[in-house]
Amino acid sequence: MTKQSFAISAAVTVALMGGATVANADTLRLLTWGGYAPEDVVAKFEAETGHTVKVTKSNNEEMIAKLRATGGGGFDLAQPSQDRIAGPQEEFGIYKPMDMSKIDMSLFIPSMLEATKGNTTVGGDVYGVPHVWGTSGLVVDTANAGMVKDYTDLCGADVAGKVSYRLKRPTLIGFAFSMGLDPFAAYGDEAAYTDIMSQVEAKLIECKPGVKTYWGGGDELMGLLRSGEVVASMAWDTGGWKLNDDNADITFVAPAAGALGWVDTFVLPAKGKADDAAYAWINFVMQPEVAAMITAAAGNFTASDGAAEFADDALKAKYQASFPQEAIDNIKWYPPVPAGLEAIEGGVLDRVKAAN
Amino acid sequence: MRAEAKLGLALLLTPLLMWLSLLIFIPHVDVFLVSLRERVGVGQYQISFANYLTFFQEPLYLWTFLRTAVMSSLATVMTLIIAFPVSYYIAKMIKGRAQSALFLLCLVPFWVSELVRTFGWMILLRETGVISNVLQYLGLVDGPVEMLYNDGAIMIGLVYTSMLFMVVPLVTTLESLPDEVIEAGYDLGGNGISVLREIIVPHAMPGIVSGCIVVFMLSLGNYLTPTMLGGKESLWFTELIYSQFIVRFNWELGAAFGFMLLILSSAIVWGMLKLTGQSLEKTMG
Repeated sequence: MTKQSFAISAAVTVALMGGATVANADTLRLLTWGGYAPEDVVAKFEAETGHTVKVTKSNNEEMIAKLRATGGGGFDLAQPSQDRIAGPQEEFGIYKPMDMSKIDMSLFIPSMLEATKGNTTVGGDVYGVPHVWGTSGLVVDTANAGMVKDYTDLCGADVAGKVSYRLKRPTLIGFAFSMGLDPFAAYGDEAAYTDIMSQVEAKLIECKPGVKTYWGGGDELMGLLRSGEVVASMAWDTGGWKLNDDNADITFVAPAAGALGWVDTFVLPAKGKADDAAYAWINFVMQPEVAAMITAAAGNFTASDGAAEFADDALKAKYQASFPQEAIDNIKWYPPVPAGLEAIEGGVLDRVKAAN
Repeated sequence: MRAEAKLGLALLLTPLLMWLSLLIFIPHVDVFLVSLRERVGVGQYQISFANYLTFFQEPLYLWTFLRTAVMSSLATVMTLIIAFPVSYYIAKMIKGRAQSALFLLCLVPFWVSELVRTFGWMILLRETGVISNVLQYLGLVDGPVEMLYNDGAIMIGLVYTSMLFMVVPLVTTLESLPDEVIEAGYDLGGNGISVLREIIVPHAMPGIVSGCIVVFMLSLGNYLTPTMLGGKESLWFTELIYSQFIVRFNWELGAAFGFMLLILSSAIVWGMLKLTGQSLEKTMG
């Protein structure tokens, strides 16, 4: 009896384990941003492929921290920004190389695909392909703070007490550009970067009395701008366009020093178990019609070739109003962050936060 | 028979020991080991005390810890001052259904999550919020008042969050004080203040001590309330730990901070017990 039940349980175990690897229907554990895997897209994908999708919403830092904690396990597909792939890969080895033959490259905007491949190559292997892109810059209530045209204008006396920004690296980078410095050029040179950051630190401490609060999450910022307690802030382009629907005066402004451009990618975590489902998801969401559904949910455009035709006209109009051609040419795209820079920035941010 | 009793004891102890070792002891050892690593290059580490040195050499970190500890102590004292009359009223002044009803009222706010409670305070305190609008409506102030994003707001949030953890032990100890003892105190010529000082407070001491320890530790380790209600300067120590772990990818320094929090907060609690002549045994007994 015991022997028999052992045999049965062993058979069940083998069948289950075998089943997991052989069967076509996998569970795709997706680690992504809010809006990148809307329910209608997930339902369509599940109906078409038979895979099931489990979505976990996160942000860049948490994605990397989660994958680092498990050595790249627990998820089958993640979506960090392209500048956060090479550094963490060298440092922690949390991703695995992409098999480009399994990706339908014709679905991507070629220039964007090449740029992302270049930025995410470590030791000859490509680790990421582009998905959603956008910028961060200024969200301004033009009726009350029309004079805010650049990051450092947030320190102006006219808007004192009514501005907000995050204490995160985009603020440091934006202020540096606005002060006429080039932090990206100093990425490789720790001493030069430290010097730039200490200048930014002094500027941020000088500006601190005029800041209402340092915002932490998107919802908090929306609340501050909607209530009129804040009239100008650093924020993502989509945040500004969303607020524009409620209040025509509020919109996204590309700063004079240049909006900061980011590209969120697809990467395979090192211990992902459902690579086929992951490749299927990538090829599925990059189809122009599906990409347009994601644009509608997230508010940002994708690297899918031809998806712009399917995008909502109102969103396109807002994009064109915020981004004249020279502003597009002036977008500062984040280059890969070398490992270790976060420690320099971290010290600066802590000191700014603690300063009186 | 004896062997069986031993086996029974072992079986009964197993869940507790497993809980202690798997969820408390082993993670702490792991955190300690991580805190001893120093990053010397890309993906290379060596054993050193560099992270602990950083904590002591950068005045910012030490100041932040001190600030957090002082504010937590203040929150504990304020919670005690507010909770003591409330508990005394619940335990001694009323009886029966009214007593249960009042006790339940203390409990109700804890049925919603801390996040929702904190959002509630944000709605009340903000510049365009309820209190500001009411004050303007009553003509007490001319313009909007901002009450959010400062240390006072943190204090309100902390006291509110910890109130229950002070009320419960106080009510329990005060209930065990016989009414006759208080009456005897008055009969022997005591007045309100001397009865409070000589009879009620000494009797309630175990409840006060355990309540204070819980509230102090909860405030010190709180992350949500100081982050959401706090302003530009309101850096809380747990915030530092979070940002080292998540934002800076610096687990080594974060782990060292975590360990320093554990050691320093234990030291503070021990010091306060010694200073007030209390001991944990008396509190538990």
